[in-house]
Amino acid sequence: MNNQRANNFGVKIDWLTILLWLLLCIIGWFNIHAAVYDPEQPSLFSLGTNYGKQSIYIISALIIGACILIIDAKFFSSASPFIYGVTVILLMVVLVVGRNVGGNQAWIPLGSFRLQPSEFGKLATCLLLANYLSSQSTKIPNTKSLIIAASIVLLPVFLVMLQPDTGSALAFFSLIFVFYREGYVNTNLLIFGGLCILLFVLTLLINQWILIGILAGIIGLLMYFMRRRRKNLINLGILFAVSSLYICCVEFAYDNILQAHQRNRIDIILGKMDDPRGQGYNLNQSKIAIGSGQLFGKGYLQGTQTKYNFVPEQSTDFIFCTIGEEWGFVGCVTVVAIYVTLLLRIVHIAERQRSAFARIYAYGVASILFFHFFINIGMTIGIVPVIGIPLPFLSYGGSSLWSFTILLFIMLRFDSNRKGIV
Amino acid sequence: MNSFFARKYVIQGIFISVAILIIARLFYLQIIDDSYLLSANNNVLRKVIVYPARGVILDRNGEVLVQNEPVYDLIVTPREAKDIDTLLLCNLINIDTVGFRKRMDKARAQSPYRASIFEKQLSSRTYAKLQEHLYKFRGFYVQNRTVRSYPDSMAAQFLGYILEVNDRDIERSKGFYKAGDYIGASGVESSYEELLRGNRGVKNLMVDALNRPKGIFSEGKYDTLAVSGDGLVSSLDKDLQILAERLMKNKIGSVVAIEPSSGEILSFVSSPSYDPNLMVGRERGNNYMKLLNDPHKPMFDRPIQASYPPGSVFKVVAALTAQQAGVIDQHSTFMCPGYYSYGGGRARMRCTHVHGTTSLVHSIEGSCNTYYGHVYARMIDSRGMSGPKAYDLWREGIMKFGIGQKLGIDLPGEKPGLIPTSDFYTKRYGSTKWRSGYNISLSIGQGEMGITPLQMANIMAIVANRGFYYRPHLIKGIGEKKIVKEEFTEKIYAGVDTKYYESVIEGMSRVVNQPGGTGYSVRINGIEMCGKTGTVQNPHGENHAVFFAFAPRENPKIAIAVFVENAGYGGTWAGPIASMLVEKHLKDTITIPKYIQDRIFNANLLPAVKVAAPKAKDAAKVAANTTAGLPKSRIPSTLRINADFSPRVNEDNARVNPLIEFNSQVYE
Repeated sequence: MNNQRANNFGVKIDWLTILLWLLLCIIGWFNIHAAVYDPEQPSLFSLGTNYGKQSIYIISALIIGACILIIDAKFFSSASPFIYGVTVILLMVVLVVGRNVGGNQAWIPLGSFRLQPSEFGKLATCLLLANYLSSQSTKIPNTKSLIIAASIVLLPVFLVMLQPDTGSALAFFSLIFVFYREGYVNTNLLIFGGLCILLFVLTLLINQWILIGILAGIIGLLMYFMRRRRKNLINLGILFAVSSLYICCVEFAYDNILQAHQRNRIDIILGKMDDPRGQGYNLNQSKIAIGSGQLFGKGYLQGTQTKYNFVPEQSTDFIFCTIGEEWGFVGCVTVVAIYVTLLLRIVHIAERQRSAFARIYAYGVASILFFHFFINIGMTIGIVPVIGIPLPFLSYGGSSLWSFTILLFIMLRFDSNRKGIV
Repeated sequence: MNSFFARKYVIQGIFISVAILIIARLFYLQIIDDSYLLSANNNVLRKVIVYPARGVILDRNGEVLVQNEPVYDLIVTPREAKDIDTLLLCNLINIDTVGFRKRMDKARAQSPYRASIFEKQLSSRTYAKLQEHLYKFRGFYVQNRTVRSYPDSMAAQFLGYILEVNDRDIERSKGFYKAGDYIGASGVESSYEELLRGNRGVKNLMVDALNRPKGIFSEGKYDTLAVSGDGLVSSLDKDLQILAERLMKNKIGSVVAIEPSSGEILSFVSSPSYDPNLMVGRERGNNYMKLLNDPHKPMFDRPIQASYPPGSVFKVVAALTAQQAGVIDQHSTFMCPGYYSYGGGRARMRCTHVHGTTSLVHSIEGSCNTYYGHVYARMIDSRGMSGPKAYDLWREGIMKFGIGQKLGIDLPGEKPGLIPTSDFYTKRYGSTKWRSGYNISLSIGQGEMGITPLQMANIMAIVANRGFYYRPHLIKGIGEKKIVKEEFTEKIYAGVDTKYYESVIEGMSRVVNQPGGTGYSVRINGIEMCGKTGTVQNPHGENHAVFFAFAPRENPKIAIAVFVENAGYGGTWAGPIASMLVEKHLKDTITIPKYIQDRIFNANLLPAVKVAAPKAKDAAKVAANTTAGLPKSRIPSTLRINADFSPRVNEDNARVNPLIEFNSQVYE
């Protein structure tokens, strides 16, 4: 950067990121207003309403953000084991004293306020992961450090699964991008991961024996073309054997391990089940809301799906419906564009860091934001199963807004200090 | 920066790919697929139908015959109806708890979330009682609509009634009617349905996910207003109609009075009648079945559906058509020895008296059968053509008087009556070589001839007009502008020149105004009424009394036909009724002696219900029709008048003339 302007704190802040963050917060606020609009309390600041509360959450998020920018960057890297430790303890505490909301024991009540430790779990995990991997960054990636790094991620996953909050738990797996970027996962493995997901979906769609038959056909053809090299033949044979085993496992896991409501959600997405009144109700109403927005939307506070509460959870997990209905395709593309810009900006910021810690951490932030962005919007438009996770900065709720803000601003803090040494 | 720097491109690539995937999906949902907009509207829109007021029907003087009265439908949304005092509600609307549960189950079966009708048509009195307590019944509310109300309880067959539409009505209307709508099912309500019903309005309301109303869609941009039905002005005179119905009380028969100069029907009575208010409201079904099973068939619209041999009135038509055909003139005389002999002297048709040498005027005055036997013989036998051909010519002539065909009155269910064609006789006698003697009874309006009371009155209107008529009709003005249907303003000529009428009219005048005339007892002071009595012999009981008249002689204002079954002499029973109605219409007073009035008002001429078997059969038939839900069953076409009309026959007829068979046919 040519502009070496420094502010009072002696830090150089990435204002573009802050602008994108603020934009998302404000878009969220307005759409929460529309989603839970109460004609008797029309003001955006009416404290009795969720939109009034959100305004306070945003202001406090700003204050939190400012505080983070003041704190010495070194604090976050050195305190990361401590933060991780506290979070793990909170994740255990929540299993004991937590309040059960919607089947998930995810909330610790603190007076009128409820704390969701799993939101902070992502932050803590990112920090400790960055701490550990940066300490290993001079070495060639090896199995031992991979196992330790993976354990850092899997411990909170395990605890969150106990709540059981599958959505939040899955979010941790997005950190695969960090492992990939740091060389712990190679490109083939990433492709393998993609294949696994593809086969998983296909298994659920198609009868497993037919799928295995098709797979045999394809691999047979490949073997025919590659018959000159014996090694290829062996590899393909192994691939076929592993795939077939995997398909059978998926089939077994799907039938015996997944819970009924999870199976239903997946079935609806895959089009195996059509049930607009039951399990499919959320998704169907969500698609109706977004689809009926058309090009320019119905206008602010004019969405009938939104106003008349056809979409459950609309201010939280289904906030994107409001945007879709009232602002239309144009509004949706704008929001998607802001997210992608933010994500790419974060990758850009990550790559300009001198310190491995800051880079790894920034990739962690990007991964987690990306996962939420993709899964949340994807579920509202019916391309991924309904998984109850918030849309960062837009969904109603203090825990989620603050934890994502802290996540992002710690990265900005490192970035402002990128010339220095952490 | 380290050795894996290039991997950032892979990661960025994944981010961008996912964004593109999302945008592509959004593009499909929001831009390409329109069905979601429709679904959103279906979610939120509730079309509420605003029912228009049905057209009001007035009489010729602007008095109300039918109006609308508010009633209240009790509506329930089953899911919201919780913790209510069932017993109190049942008491308030007069149902029992079993009925309550039944209604609730029905509503719940439709939808637990949507409002559906719990009880229809509560009266304002019931509603007033209910209203005080309505706040206690969550989930219940009241919606008002209107039903028909008949302030004078009269003219039931003319006015008809309305019913909820059935599936066939809905199908036939190509979607105009919806379940729960009402449609005119008989009378004027049916024939003017399209004018009376008006146009429904639609209100587009919005509801939320719990089906609670949330306001008006798009500020009412897509709403339509209800347009009230057109009002109708009837030609009936309410006072005359009420009088006629009172006179016909406890008698079976018809009264039809027509204003000759316009064809407007002044009075239209089918007796016994019923109170049209019975066909409205919660008890409608029970009342309907009661009326259907009534042995005197009050639902049967006698003036246009019953047909009788006309008897003497036909002589008027015969005299006129014969003059026009040139077979007689006003000076023609025939010798009446007390009978008409034919078939080479082998057969006789008896006359009422020995009239001696009879002129045309006298033949009408004295109702001479012999005279008309000769007239008919000339019409059929002396025109230089075969019997059947001459018969068809004769038939053509008399049909111009509007008999044997529908007159086109603006009521549903009109019957044409019957005048057989020559083929009927050719078939019956097996050859075309038949002559006047084979169906001589037709000469005096007996035998195979059926005329409706409406047609009888219309013949009087033709005579009053000296040669033409307007289609008899009951509605003289439609809507604000009082439009008259074009078909009712067309003059229809009966094919007989005006000059031939005078001697016939003179004869009719003498019937009433000459001492000794059969109608002399019902003459009206200061008005020259021309009339004709008739007594139709009934082998099953008392004779049927008939009286036809128009008045005054010059510039007539009313033509009337009165038919009273099983009454006896025409002059005794039908005559006074006609006389009172004519005087009432012309002078708005009644001067006929009080004792005659009392006799008519108090007479009960309803025949005892004698034969049980056919009645049971009828009832079964009707019941079968009803359960089959056929709309035709509303007008029971299977009903029959329980009297036969046999012509007056010489007692030794059968012995003397084997050729003639006076069949006692029953006309519907």
